Amino acid sequence: MSRFLRNQGWVAGLFALLIFLFVVTKLIQPGYGSGDFGSLARAVLPYAFAVAAQTVVVIAGGIDLSVAAMMALTSVTAASMMNGASEEYALFVVPFVLAMGLVLGALNGILIVVTRVPDIVVTLAMLFVLQGAALLVLGAPGGAAAEWLKASVIGTVPVPGLPDWADAWVPKALVLLVVCLCIVWIPLRRSRLGLSIYAIGSNELAAFRSGVPVARTRIIAYALSGLFAALGGLSLTISTGIGAPIPGPYLLASVAAVVLGGVALGGGKGGLLGPIIAVFVLRLVRTDLTLLAIDPNVTAIIEGAIMVAVVMFGAFITMRSRPAGATP
Amino acid sequence: MTDIATMPRPVSFGRRLKRFMADRPLIPLIILLIILVVILQILRPGIVNERWLANTAKFAIPLAILAGCQTMTMLTGGIDLSVGTVATMSAFIMATQIVNQDPTVAFLLAMLPAVLIGLVNGIGVGVFRVHPLIMTLGTSLIGTGFLQVYQRTVIASGAKIPDFLNWLGTGVTYGFPNALLLFVPVAVLIVFMLNRTGFGRLLYAVGDNERAARLSGVRYWQVITALYVLSSLLAGITGLLYIGLIKAPSLSLAEPLVLPSVAAAVIGGTSIFGGRGGYTGTIIGALILTVLTTLLTILQMPEGGRRILFGFIVLFVTAAYLRIVEDR
Repeated sequence: MSRFLRNQGWVAGLFALLIFLFVVTKLIQPGYGSGDFGSLARAVLPYAFAVAAQTVVVIAGGIDLSVAAMMALTSVTAASMMNGASEEYALFVVPFVLAMGLVLGALNGILIVVTRVPDIVVTLAMLFVLQGAALLVLGAPGGAAAEWLKASVIGTVPVPGLPDWADAWVPKALVLLVVCLCIVWIPLRRSRLGLSIYAIGSNELAAFRSGVPVARTRIIAYALSGLFAALGGLSLTISTGIGAPIPGPYLLASVAAVVLGGVALGGGKGGLLGPIIAVFVLRLVRTDLTLLAIDPNVTAIIEGAIMVAVVMFGAFITMRSRPAGATP
Repeated sequence: MTDIATMPRPVSFGRRLKRFMADRPLIPLIILLIILVVILQILRPGIVNERWLANTAKFAIPLAILAGCQTMTMLTGGIDLSVGTVATMSAFIMATQIVNQDPTVAFLLAMLPAVLIGLVNGIGVGVFRVHPLIMTLGTSLIGTGFLQVYQRTVIASGAKIPDFLNWLGTGVTYGFPNALLLFVPVAVLIVFMLNRTGFGRLLYAVGDNERAARLSGVRYWQVITALYVLSSLLAGITGLLYIGLIKAPSLSLAEPLVLPSVAAAVIGGTSIFGGRGGYTGTIIGALILTVLTTLLTILQMPEGGRRILFGFIVLFVTAAYLRIVEDR
């Protein structure tokens, strides 16, 4: 029970930090309004999906280094399939790309289970492979996205019964994010499978002896990660209108947000809400730096330094909570 | 007689072959290298001549030194993905500072970021126990940010390649590339250090069983910090050599060498989990990759295909290695 309180306490603290950052933003830029919040939500979208992808595997006791490369591959695939195609064709592209992410993610899991090579090596190798595949699909940034898809992240969702000023604070991108995550996460968390994922991350041997199908659960966890990464890739294509074969900085960002969100890198602890709030925190820091008129390149340095510091801090906490000398 | 007593059945050929390969990992590697050269000669009769050999050596040397960084860090169970950024930084700083500065000053300035990044890596991995992969990825992102900021400040002064580096990178004397003058001492030093000095033994000890090493009095963080600084310094020197070879300072100069350097070390028989391997194998691994790249270029395989191949090679070799080691 105390652990539950502590975990929720962490998320609550993070939420307080987010509110504090919003106040700071408002102080720096008194004109910060609903429109800016909308663009923040759009910027967060691919990061949030990358983080969701990382969270699932980290909870299952693994790590997925191929997240960013997977996003690049799914993004270029979607962009090149939609290039010059009709609007209706996109209805086929979206499920296809999602299925691709699911299958490639499952491939990660199958390779880990079958070859018994550690996850970090397998996903590193897959990072090379997926990057290469992305370059084969599109040699240079290009492609297109369907108009209705682009429209799905711009603007706000009219909520009946809400006054206009409040309505303006409900950007479509945020709603899309919440809906996509909830559809996958809430049933999962309540099912036997979700429990198994936590179990193998917490103690694989104990889980195995209690009758949890460890191999199958691990494969499913990686498949879900692939699905989230594909959603991230799609959101990249949708928000930029093109696909880029070079992976963005999503790998480090996802690990940093997972750590900041209170998910232990050893596995078995934490939820999805913490990391998602952490993404908003990290993005808002960036917005503030931009609003302070700091050179974007310097912003990149500060951001990188923050992420490295967060990861260091997380590793330090993990080290403290384990007996000395145990391998992480 | 004793043979019959201890071995009631003759060992099967496959098993003997496996054991032979596990005992002498260099021989199958050399055979593979020779096979690749023979294939090349068959595809393009007459290509294998003195000039080709010098050229191959020239391009294999920077890769081999960077793979040396990976070998040393992998012996402790780590990896150093910041070598590409470090090499690029020192090359770029050298090329821009040489315009106005004394060569010695420029050299020292070029080595400064290498030492700093190595130090941060070492402290992050050794003291805070961050996973090396995440740590070095993070510092390489920060380094790239700094380089972009730095580029703006020197955009007016232009860049030039010092004659000496030019000579070292591309020059050939009596059929031998001048780069060997740098490479042979470096290689001898690494091999000597790994096999004959206390520091080398510590690297193997830490990688083989970190807990045992610690309990027997090894100061883990000191070893790791020294290791990552050394690795970064080597990467910096490689950058200087590479700029003499490529002759075009850019912000992504040595980045394409990072993944092949990991692949070269893995192919050379260094275990990515630490404790096993050596530098001689890595050198042959780098030669194999260089010849393979020539072969793929002749076959007109695109960059994407090459990356996919590298990914599968890393995965396959690691899996095969695990099988061999488990069998013993």
